[in-house]
Amino acid sequence: MTSQTLRRWRRPPVLIQSRFWRSVIYGGALIYLLLAVGSLEVNWVRVYEGLDRGWRFIEGFLLPDFTSRWRDIEIGLIESLTMTVTSTVVGIAVSIPIGIGAARNLAPRPVYYLCRAIIALSRSFQEIIIAILFVAMFGFGPFAGFLTLSFATIGFMSKLLAEDIEDIDEAQAEAIRATGASWLQLVNYAVQPQVMPRLIGLSLYRLDINFRESAVIGIVGAGGIGATLNTAIDRYEYDSAGAILIIIILIVMLAEYSSSHVRKWVQ
Amino acid sequence: MLRIEGLAKAYKTGDKALRGVSFEVPAGQVMGLIGPSGAGKSTLIRCINRLVEPSAGKVFIGDSELTGLPRRSLKQARRRIGMIFQEYALVERLTVRENVLSGRLGYVPFWRSFTRRFPPQDIEKAFALLDRVGLAEHADKRADALSGGQRQRVGIARALEQDPDLLLVDEPTASLDPKTSRQIMRLLQEICRERNLPAIINIHDVVLAQGFTERIVGLRAGEMVFDGPPTALDEAALTSIYGEEDWTQMRQAAQEERDEAEALAQEHRMAGSL
Repeated sequence: MTSQTLRRWRRPPVLIQSRFWRSVIYGGALIYLLLAVGSLEVNWVRVYEGLDRGWRFIEGFLLPDFTSRWRDIEIGLIESLTMTVTSTVVGIAVSIPIGIGAARNLAPRPVYYLCRAIIALSRSFQEIIIAILFVAMFGFGPFAGFLTLSFATIGFMSKLLAEDIEDIDEAQAEAIRATGASWLQLVNYAVQPQVMPRLIGLSLYRLDINFRESAVIGIVGAGGIGATLNTAIDRYEYDSAGAILIIIILIVMLAEYSSSHVRKWVQ
Repeated sequence: MLRIEGLAKAYKTGDKALRGVSFEVPAGQVMGLIGPSGAGKSTLIRCINRLVEPSAGKVFIGDSELTGLPRRSLKQARRRIGMIFQEYALVERLTVRENVLSGRLGYVPFWRSFTRRFPPQDIEKAFALLDRVGLAEHADKRADALSGGQRQRVGIARALEQDPDLLLVDEPTASLDPKTSRQIMRLLQEICRERNLPAIINIHDVVLAQGFTERIVGLRAGEMVFDGPPTALDEAALTSIYGEEDWTQMRQAAQEERDEAEALAQEHRMAGSL
């Protein structure tokens, strides 16, 4: 009988090979985290006082008041929906040429860099910052909101569309190119069928993001249901605020279900 | 019909895919292009319609030179070169008929192709071709609903819809089973005969190449190492193309497979006539 020592195996470390650097980096991160948590100053007295207000808010949510401010809610809601739909449509219409221009496999270099720059600009600012800017430029109201959401949609849609175009099956594009098709025909026959389902899915997703954002940017004066919500909170009318939040949740849920349904249908 | 002179291609990475290949394909000739993976077969046929830009050499179709044509004229020249692909390369989400009609893209203005309002004679041609390849009843299905063999037939119909003067065929059977492979090769052979159409067929299955082509060109590391009729492709020639291997065995196995297929076909015919 042959005696053989069992061979041992251990999974090699995944990220950092050196044992020393591994302990330094993980240990350092842990110490920083502990210090950072320790540096948060919590005013426990204020937290305790706030609990009462929080409770009233929850009460308002449980017993929402749809009726006494219904006129305001209705106006805000219609404004928000208008803002959402118009900004999504305009944003997507502008995004499609920019997205095509930002796809490495379709656009010449200079166009590519220009379109990527536009996308970077649009994506580098959060909606609220843009909204503050547009409110300062065009005054309070839904027009500023519409511009904000359109601008934000461009960055989002163009980037994802460009990435999807870059991921297409090149063989299909090559086949269309081999027939002697022009560039526009190539886009229409080889690219569009491949990216359409995702474009539709993303558009619906953006529609529901824009609705949610319309509630946020209203707080800085860009109109819509957000403005109504802000007013309600300022007046300590938490039951009306609760009603508005419930309406927002319902609309977002509706958008969510219908968009997942549509996505399956267009595959 | 097609003339290639000293065609060479060096990729940016420094790979020399082709090192000066020259040959001529007369009208109506079906030529098999064989060689190991990486020998430059794909690059060669793509250099002809300049999907890959050759680094040196000339390509003529009839009297017109394709190399050196500006963009616009290149697109017009591509209309007369039908191409058939390895994984069919159909636009999956378009219907079979749209795929076939896409063969006319080089001939129609953008708005017509965009609205799918092709000239009546183009549509008529698409009907006739789908009949020819036996897919008339599948015309309005999406391309991704078809089987491999059916898809390749659509690919063939698309290439023919172009009214080509030349067919470039890149591994038409690579993703098909043996029986379907033979059917597709037979269809290609028949079509080229019907239309007196020259074709270059890249294929790595030597037995299929011998069975369905009139001439075989062997490529090894970007150089032509064989050019002759299928019958001249003997042990020595195969070794010069692919390297050392026991070729008798391959031939025997292929012969057996062929006999079996024949026997099966015989049975089918008998069953059919009963």
